Amino acid sequence: MITKRIIPCLDVKDGRVVKGVNFLGLADVSSPVKLASYYSACGADELVFYDITASAEGRQLFTEILTETASTVFIPLTVGGGINSVSDFDRVLKCGADKVSVNSGALRDPSLIRDAARKYGDQCVVLSIDAKRVDGRFRVFAKGGREDTGLDLIEWVKRGVALGAGEIVLNSIDTDGVKQGFDLEMLSAVCEATSVPVIASGGAGCAADFIELFKTLPKVDAGLAASIFHFGDVKIPDLKRALCEAGITMRMIKEQPC
Amino acid sequence: MLAIVDYGVGNLFSLKSSLAHIGVEACVTGDADTLRRAQRIILPGVGAFGDAAEKLRESGLASVVVQEAERGKPLLGICLGMQLLFEKGFEYGEHAGLGLLPGAVRPIAPIIGAGLKVPHIGWNALSFPESKTKSPLFAQVDAGECVYFVHSYAAMECDAVVTATAEYGVQLTAAAGLANVMGTQFHPEKSGDVGLRILKAFSAL
Repeated sequence: MITKRIIPCLDVKDGRVVKGVNFLGLADVSSPVKLASYYSACGADELVFYDITASAEGRQLFTEILTETASTVFIPLTVGGGINSVSDFDRVLKCGADKVSVNSGALRDPSLIRDAARKYGDQCVVLSIDAKRVDGRFRVFAKGGREDTGLDLIEWVKRGVALGAGEIVLNSIDTDGVKQGFDLEMLSAVCEATSVPVIASGGAGCAADFIELFKTLPKVDAGLAASIFHFGDVKIPDLKRALCEAGITMRMIKEQPC
Repeated sequence: MLAIVDYGVGNLFSLKSSLAHIGVEACVTGDADTLRRAQRIILPGVGAFGDAAEKLRESGLASVVVQEAERGKPLLGICLGMQLLFEKGFEYGEHAGLGLLPGAVRPIAPIIGAGLKVPHIGWNALSFPESKTKSPLFAQVDAGECVYFVHSYAAMECDAVVTATAEYGVQLTAAAGLANVMGTQFHPEKSGDVGLRILKAFSAL
């Protein structure tokens, strides 16, 4: 049976991982390449690289780092941030990305999802959504959660999947950074609305939050987090062992140096 | 030298990098003579069966790959490249494959049962048929270790050549082989350390 996935997310700015990192035994903690290798060796099932650079120089640096990572880390890589056109897909796929995540770019021009899915296949297109409760409804936000689009979350999910999105990353702005657990209510609504894989993001503070996620919502395929992994609050081998003991199907690896 | 067949389908970045990572000299080539000179051949592929089979024939490389396989050269098909080794495929119509392995490639949707998603994407555990000797490809792999899959079609009617399966509602063909001709439905170049061990084993055949 397909395993549930644990996915660390690396925000990269000007060639460095931005969210603080606090690893023992890792000399250059803000090197995306080294951190990616470390996570891969620890049993991460997939990695997300998020480019938060605004400048052209930063983008070039990001592309170089992606190439270097994909040359040394052999697990699926998803790339997001600044993806506004099919040529952006092309740029990162050539550097070794397997999937490309779209967010604001798809909100501006939903046909980006369709065009990319036709060219590279649905499995390559990940629709990443930042959502928040507004007047008792789940609303989609753009630009890293700063701008209310007025769009209803469930309608956007259905539209995105109809256009060809092969996977949904749902980041709840309401639970993001709170470390009190994933937004099960919002995730449940999205799982009911679609049959493509759903990745939960925002709110995890400890291993128990992941166990609760997969136990409560068996339709959720993966849990994504950033700072709790970077800070070492949650160690991936321990997390996967705990999930395994709780009866969740996990990919366990032999050698774990971490 | 190992040759990766370049016939215009798919992104070969990860495959090239993973071979380089384990110290295997590989070249990506669409040249018939280079394929003939190579010690072993990898046939990659993503996309649809019919298109890929046609491109492989149009490039003139299909017959070279078959000839080299028949001469006993180790051949590894990956994902769609593995599917092409079979007699035929039923993706958007019926198409002839290379016919190096007996069996047909059919959609998994009708056989996996309701509630399971298609494509079959993600990490899944390998099982090896108990009645057979383990394929040399998996000499360093234990049953239960996970590899990475992305596919909506799988080889069927091929019990005689199945070398590994993965459970997804039913036992799907994860790998097949007949002497020097081998294929993996999953992507060894995306399957972490397990995948590298498989590529290493192939490179030592």
